[in-house]
Amino acid sequence: MIAELGLAALWLSTALAVLQMISGALGLRSGAGAQFAIYARPAAVVQAFLAVLAFFLLLYAFAVTDLSIKLVATNSHSAKPFIYKLTGTWGNHEGSMLLWVGVLALSGGLLAGLERRLPEKTMSATLAVQGFVALGFYSFLLLSSNPFERLPVPAIEGGGLNPLLQDIGLAIHPPTLYVGYVGLSVAFSLAMGALITREVNPNFAKVLRPWVLGAWVFLTFGITAGSYWAYYELGWGGWWFWDPVENASLMPWLAATALLHSVSVLAARDALRTWTIMLGVLAFSMSMLGTFLVRSGVLTSVHAFAVDPERGSFILALLGLYIGGALVIFAMRAGSISEGKRFTATSREGALVFNNVMLSAILAIVLLGTLYPLLTEAFDVRVSVGPPYFNPAGAIFAIPMFLVMAIGPLLRWKDDKPARIQFELAALAAVVIAVIALVAILGDYSVLAVLGLALSIALAIAALLPLRGRNIRRVPVATWGMICAHFGVAVALFGMASESAFTSEKLAAVAPGDSVEVAGWNIEMASVDPVAGPNWTAIEARILAARGDEEPTVLGPQSRNFWSPPQPTSESALITRWDGQLYVVIGDQAGVDANGNNRWQLRVWWKPFVTFIWYGGLLVAFGGILSIAGRVRVDLKRRNAVAMGKVRREDMDALAEGDAIDGANGSSGGSQDGPIPEPAE
Amino acid sequence: MRPIYLIPLALFLFFAGLAGYQLTQEKMQTIPSQMVEQPLPEFTLAPALEGMPGATRADFVGGQPRLLNIWASWCLPCIAEAPHLERLKEEGVEIIGIAVRDRPEAVADFLDRYGNPYTKIGSDDISELMLEIGASGVPETYVIDADGNIRYQHIGDVRADTVPQLLEILEDVR
Repeated sequence: MIAELGLAALWLSTALAVLQMISGALGLRSGAGAQFAIYARPAAVVQAFLAVLAFFLLLYAFAVTDLSIKLVATNSHSAKPFIYKLTGTWGNHEGSMLLWVGVLALSGGLLAGLERRLPEKTMSATLAVQGFVALGFYSFLLLSSNPFERLPVPAIEGGGLNPLLQDIGLAIHPPTLYVGYVGLSVAFSLAMGALITREVNPNFAKVLRPWVLGAWVFLTFGITAGSYWAYYELGWGGWWFWDPVENASLMPWLAATALLHSVSVLAARDALRTWTIMLGVLAFSMSMLGTFLVRSGVLTSVHAFAVDPERGSFILALLGLYIGGALVIFAMRAGSISEGKRFTATSREGALVFNNVMLSAILAIVLLGTLYPLLTEAFDVRVSVGPPYFNPAGAIFAIPMFLVMAIGPLLRWKDDKPARIQFELAALAAVVIAVIALVAILGDYSVLAVLGLALSIALAIAALLPLRGRNIRRVPVATWGMICAHFGVAVALFGMASESAFTSEKLAAVAPGDSVEVAGWNIEMASVDPVAGPNWTAIEARILAARGDEEPTVLGPQSRNFWSPPQPTSESALITRWDGQLYVVIGDQAGVDANGNNRWQLRVWWKPFVTFIWYGGLLVAFGGILSIAGRVRVDLKRRNAVAMGKVRREDMDALAEGDAIDGANGSSGGSQDGPIPEPAE
Repeated sequence: MRPIYLIPLALFLFFAGLAGYQLTQEKMQTIPSQMVEQPLPEFTLAPALEGMPGATRADFVGGQPRLLNIWASWCLPCIAEAPHLERLKEEGVEIIGIAVRDRPEAVADFLDRYGNPYTKIGSDDISELMLEIGASGVPETYVIDADGNIRYQHIGDVRADTVPQLLEILEDVR
């Protein structure tokens, strides 16, 4: 019953998406058809309800392990811990696509239900595009990946879940990224709506901004969580592998970062119109491209997804339809949108444009590196593109970007003289040189790591400089958001540079009783014992780790074997200190020592300040949240003020009419009720 | 329409064409071993089962070419290939088994159920031989000539149509 209800809800949502698309499109025409435009908003709202309902029904089926549903039978198991039964809902292709359309419909519903600032025609066009996008994903779900398919005979037991994914990281990381991807679909629809109706202006930018910011916050959080998950779960000690699936999440983030800065320019200064539209299209194409790369299996990745070329073709067709279509409209319309207001190179806009170009260049580098194997495989050459390409090529653009990022917020809008901020410039340059000199004295480290350290410290100081000379209490919340996000970038950069420059590593074969030394830590292997969990068996080492003379901390890294399906994984053990992390992994048995004791491979890393990478990521996301909160508060204030102004104007008018009737001299003085001035950006 | 606005579309179409082409191409799902045409590495593995000999490299040298079959009692495709290994045995082929990460009881149980085509079974408890000969999974079957060289690698389970193919290769390397 549950499955049939869910399927019915999905089909109804699909029908409503068709209605939303048609009525939205009719709203663009003048004449008889235009009156049907009123159905677009309700269609989106009801659709949101139905699609979310469908997702919750599947969640329920997973919660009770309904083995008559094929998806539950293949991906769940009655012996699995309850929380992982729930997360299993989206730990597979069909369920995650259902989550995708659920979030897509929900954001469409929110847009339709809440947004009243856009001209009706622009809104109609936006909803039509949003309906069109949703329709594609509904068809994909219903025609090629039905999550509610029943088995002819219910299974006796489920087929488990990839043990690597049996982790709380899975509960947060992919759905967070999905929300981000989908949020960018709203940005795409809005951009197309504005392009079709030629309403690319600051008003449009203000409507677009919270969606971009929201999607960007989720992407930032998702990437941060994903990076930490890979770090402790894969047991390789790395936090970023330039894997195609990681890149698939990084590329939309880069595009969204560029977009949110260009939206700010459009909102504040009415410049960068076509560029903003282009980025809106680009950001969503990157999230769709990510979905395509991940699901189609055209690229080889460490992320073992259920890949299927047929699904790949479907997503590619959708990609062609949406992005190809959008780019055709862009090519036809972009010329008719004027470029907007001018500005000089040394201005806030100038700095933002520079960073936009740098971000786009980094995006191009990541995109090229990710797709390059696809290109060479067409000529039968199998290659793998890794850090030796991505790190230096990315750095060429990242370093100037960080430099301008430090200075940009200090510049004024429209036109500024560098001489005005010469003191700040000199101070930052001094910091960079001092750090480089200091690190060079300390030891011999890679150029990129040293530059990263220097830039991160300069950037951290620069992030706080916009507060100089201002009354802290009167700084707008959105500005705090920017400061927090930029400071977060500095913190993350510091973590990355410190990890790559100062990490100490040791690989040893040790028997119980032996110990190893790494970076001032003494690590003793006390014993190795077999342990068992609900669906795995493992060997667990008891390790006593102590820095200097302190009391030893007990660690229990494991080498696990899951039995359904059979797969080995390693569970790292970590000690987190303010200045870094100790990372311990136990590997296979490595022969016997002279006394006949079994020896085990033990791998230990000391990673100074590595945690700053993720603290920084969280700070960046938090900055985004602050920024949204600040913008929404200002918007609400403004909306209230406008509403109050309207009431007052009506009162005045009524009064004036009353005066006229009374025959008194009309001196209503209503001139104070002009448009409410926009608060300073 | 200014031509510059067509650039994104052109780039996108190039990508879409490339991706579409790649989707139609057969993907290589397996990784062939670099050890094919190389001598079998030196190894000595303890018996996987009481009452049967273990396996060493020396077992492959001299006489006829042999098959080296990597399997495990926990591996489902190994059940599927058991009858075909039996047929190879009936054809007079000597098959030496390598049981990967297995227990003697489980090995005995498996052979009771699905038959025993092996003359010797070595126990590879930590996948050391698997790694040395470049096997990417279980099961895999290797043709080893009488000089102890690896001549052919079959990835995955042995099926009905693999049997004549293997017999032919065994004949060729004789």
